[in-house]
Amino acid sequence: MPRVKSGSGPGRLLVVDDNKVNRLLLARGLEQQGHQVDLAENGRVALEMLRASSYDLVLLDLRMPEMDGYQVLGQLTGDVDLRDIPVIITSALDELDEVARCIEMGAEDYLTKPLNPVLLKARIGSSLEKKRLRDGQRELIRKFATSEVADELMAKGFSLGGRYVDATAMFSDIRSFTTIADSQSPADTIELLNTYYTLMFEAIGNHHGIVNQMVGDGLMAIFGAPLPQEDHCEQAVRAALEMIELIELFNCDQAAQGKTQIRIGIGIASGQVIAGYTGTLARATYTCVGNTVNLAARLENHTKLVGEPILIDEATQAGLGSAIRAEAQEPFQLKGFAQAVPIYSVPTGQEPG
Amino acid sequence: MSERLIDLPTYENLKGMMGEDFIGELLDAYFEDSPRLIAQLRQALADRDADSFRTAAHSFKSTSASFGALNLAAIARALEQAGKEGALDGIGPRLEELCAEYGQVELALKELRDAKG
Repeated sequence: MPRVKSGSGPGRLLVVDDNKVNRLLLARGLEQQGHQVDLAENGRVALEMLRASSYDLVLLDLRMPEMDGYQVLGQLTGDVDLRDIPVIITSALDELDEVARCIEMGAEDYLTKPLNPVLLKARIGSSLEKKRLRDGQRELIRKFATSEVADELMAKGFSLGGRYVDATAMFSDIRSFTTIADSQSPADTIELLNTYYTLMFEAIGNHHGIVNQMVGDGLMAIFGAPLPQEDHCEQAVRAALEMIELIELFNCDQAAQGKTQIRIGIGIASGQVIAGYTGTLARATYTCVGNTVNLAARLENHTKLVGEPILIDEATQAGLGSAIRAEAQEPFQLKGFAQAVPIYSVPTGQEPG
Repeated sequence: MSERLIDLPTYENLKGMMGEDFIGELLDAYFEDSPRLIAQLRQALADRDADSFRTAAHSFKSTSASFGALNLAAIARALEQAGKEGALDGIGPRLEELCAEYGQVELALKELRDAKG
């Protein structure tokens, strides 16, 4: 596994102890190791400081007036914004049974008082490194998921393992993009792509989908995973309608500036997919594979032939509420499928909701 | 005298770790906190507030141990244990023992601090 950049670099630490001597001792020891240290004399003050500012690590005493260490730990682990801050319990040697309870509650590690500077350095370094690794993972997830999904994933744990989920896959790309790219400057092409992606992310995110792949002018999105979503079929189709709507608005704008207009094709299919993180621990992406995904890709390709911008499979059509209209197309034997597949088009101009 | 009260290796180790200047600051905090903790212990005993008694004794134990006042820390630990068990009856004499020991420890620590310039 590739190592994340030095874990023993300085961090911003909060020392919580009701005893001034202990606070000074810890602060001094930590400052000597290059860390920036703030002090809190009880749990209530500590929580206020943690909410007002950002810290890499908390050193927490257990027995304090007003709000003790257990209460602080309980509040921290129950708070989405704070639960990733590692907590090291500082305790006396004869309190190890209590320390065990804290570790069960989510504390990262412990140190016994009086402090041993070598242990102090090792434990702080290791906790900071873990924190940085987690921050890195969170950042990675944020790049391709909404913040709700990222929070959910962080809460349930980050694992590279796969599982079967019921979801909807969507593929979209720009028609005749190569011709467009050849007919204008590289700068215009990149700007066009960036605007296109911004609009597509907006439409997909509005309907709780996540974009998990972008290749050239094409993208893949998933609805119903990693977070289960009951109406993922309908949400995907609504997202597609909104994507077309946004492209039309974009085209008006482009036309007014005498710039190239674009058209997109979207293929959607629903069913069981294998979902999970693929890649390595250092660079991973959430993705879905399986027949459903292949079908969505084929349908997207098929839009060129049919001349309809949105094509969906039978399972997606069956999952639509009465508010959205779909029209049966000629069944077609798509590449990689043994038999002709029922295909539906979704007329544009319907309210995406 | 001070060897009985203060474990010198512990004290010297702390001084080496923290630096001569800083140990003065640390002792000031200790001399400031300890009478407050003793007052809290007395009050808690009078109120039969075992939890408050335990917290104060705990705090006293850990700081005293840091400076090498091991006997004082042991008495504080016994008080903490009594608080934990809610057994405050008859603990009065041990609290007085702690006060007396602290008085001597304070003098010994001041002596150590002022021994070298």
